[in-house]
Amino acid sequence: MFLHIRDSVLFFTLKSLSGISIVSLLFIIFYLVSESSMVLSKINLSHFIFDAGWYPIEGQFLLLPMIVGSLFITVGAMLLAIPVGIFTAILCQFYAPIWLSQTLQRIIEILSGIPSVVYGFWGVVVIVPVLASIQAPGTSLLAGIIVLTFIIMPGIVLIANNAFQEVDKMHIQNAITLGLSRYSIIRHIILPYAQRGLLSGTILQSGRAIGETLAVLMVCGNVVQFPGNIFEPVRTLTSNIALEMAYAMDEHRSALFLSGLILMLVVLTLILLAERIELSAKST
Amino acid sequence: MVKLYTILIIGFLLVLNGCSQQQSANSLDSTSPNTLTGKLIITGSSTIAPLAAELALQFEKKNRNSKIDVQTGGSSRGIADIRQGTSHIGMVSRQLKLAENDLKAHLLAKDGVSIIVHKNNPIRELSESQIRSIYLGKIDNWKSLNGVNQKITVINKSEGRSTLEVFAKYFKLKNSQIKSNIIIGDNEQAVKLVSKNPHAIAYVSIGTAEYDIALGIPIKTLPLNGVPANTATLLKNQFPLSRELNFITKEQMSALAIAFINYAQSKTANSIIEGFGFVPTHP
Repeated sequence: MFLHIRDSVLFFTLKSLSGISIVSLLFIIFYLVSESSMVLSKINLSHFIFDAGWYPIEGQFLLLPMIVGSLFITVGAMLLAIPVGIFTAILCQFYAPIWLSQTLQRIIEILSGIPSVVYGFWGVVVIVPVLASIQAPGTSLLAGIIVLTFIIMPGIVLIANNAFQEVDKMHIQNAITLGLSRYSIIRHIILPYAQRGLLSGTILQSGRAIGETLAVLMVCGNVVQFPGNIFEPVRTLTSNIALEMAYAMDEHRSALFLSGLILMLVVLTLILLAERIELSAKST
Repeated sequence: MVKLYTILIIGFLLVLNGCSQQQSANSLDSTSPNTLTGKLIITGSSTIAPLAAELALQFEKKNRNSKIDVQTGGSSRGIADIRQGTSHIGMVSRQLKLAENDLKAHLLAKDGVSIIVHKNNPIRELSESQIRSIYLGKIDNWKSLNGVNQKITVINKSEGRSTLEVFAKYFKLKNSQIKSNIIIGDNEQAVKLVSKNPHAIAYVSIGTAEYDIALGIPIKTLPLNGVPANTATLLKNQFPLSRELNFITKEQMSALAIAFINYAQSKTANSIIEGFGFVPTHP
């Protein structure tokens, strides 16, 4: 390929910039592995699964409830946010009159712009006392799920909007000329076409959800345990790091880096999964 | 384009102006009698940090060429940073342990840890064994303490916090024995949760509790062994659940570090220390 001098300068700059992001990713993973290698070499893996609790200073390293906590909160929030988000997007694009759809869009944009710590604060002041009146202490798995739902829902709406817009307009117009009802068009044409985009988008969004820290820390109670029901407190991997990192030394600190490594691997897996779905969508 | 250049030139002039002003300030300082220069990094306990920051501010006013940087991160970090040589002074809100005798402690003040409940909680006092039973999960309803028929929400601190260490040591508890409903990070988080939950119990620094009560936040402190938890009893060394607030250093200290610690232990610093609800130990 013939490159003009300006092109090659731009190409070189772009290459080195993207190189920086790749190197920093590798560096982060390397750092996480090397910092957590201490606890991995000193402590048998079974400790993370079978110990009686998480008391690193007393030599107990039960990590499993926090992995479960992270997964429960993320899955719970996704289960609530995905239908709400997708239905909001359908309403905006296909049913609502222009004024309503535009108002909704603005609201969603504003919601997505609110910092998550504000949602967390709102959770402590509003959600937690309400839940506490049902079952003490209020700070619970459910509180975390509710707050996280509000945090990721705007993202799901935006993803769904994009996925719907990528559906070929020809198909929709053909369907309209065939006299199909709006419901059938959405149900049998738009949703199946947008399916892959929705799926990969929501998987990426779940990666963001599992990494959410501060808001979840504020409302979840942070007790390290397998929750018996949704009103019981849980601790997530992210909260664990945020709560204890500043105070941790030696194996304790290293175990926190291990939490980070696990989190990183989960998020990477989710990203790769989303990538695969997108690729297979393009090849068909 | 002309506009852009004008803006750039004006900006450049402003920056230059700022620099020259700074320079004149510096040259003034060099003529002042104080010759202490350099930078101190202080890290550690979040209990001591606000106090240390205020002491540093006053110290910097007297020694214009010194710069003191205070960072929090807990007592453990204060110790780790001193050992790794990444800080000059550490803040540790407890006595040094035997394993830490490679470090030098400079006692700064004492602080009390107080049990707090919601203002509307009818409970007026709890005995040591009752508090112990609550945190062990043996008493889980206020009713058995002559309170309302409601489950107790036990708030504990996350592992490594010095307030937890002091509390657990006093009540002879291991953290793994404590049955808590909520685990939190710092004092203010505990106050926030208790103020929103009439059935919760937590423990925080007396300084924090008094400060927040003065702000009108609906919490109250419970007396311990009949001694009310406040600055007055702490000042008289009557309140039993108290802890040391220490600056720690290596054996070798810079002149600036010595000067700062001397200042923090001097009479002039006492009013600042008292202002934070702590008891100065160098009257």
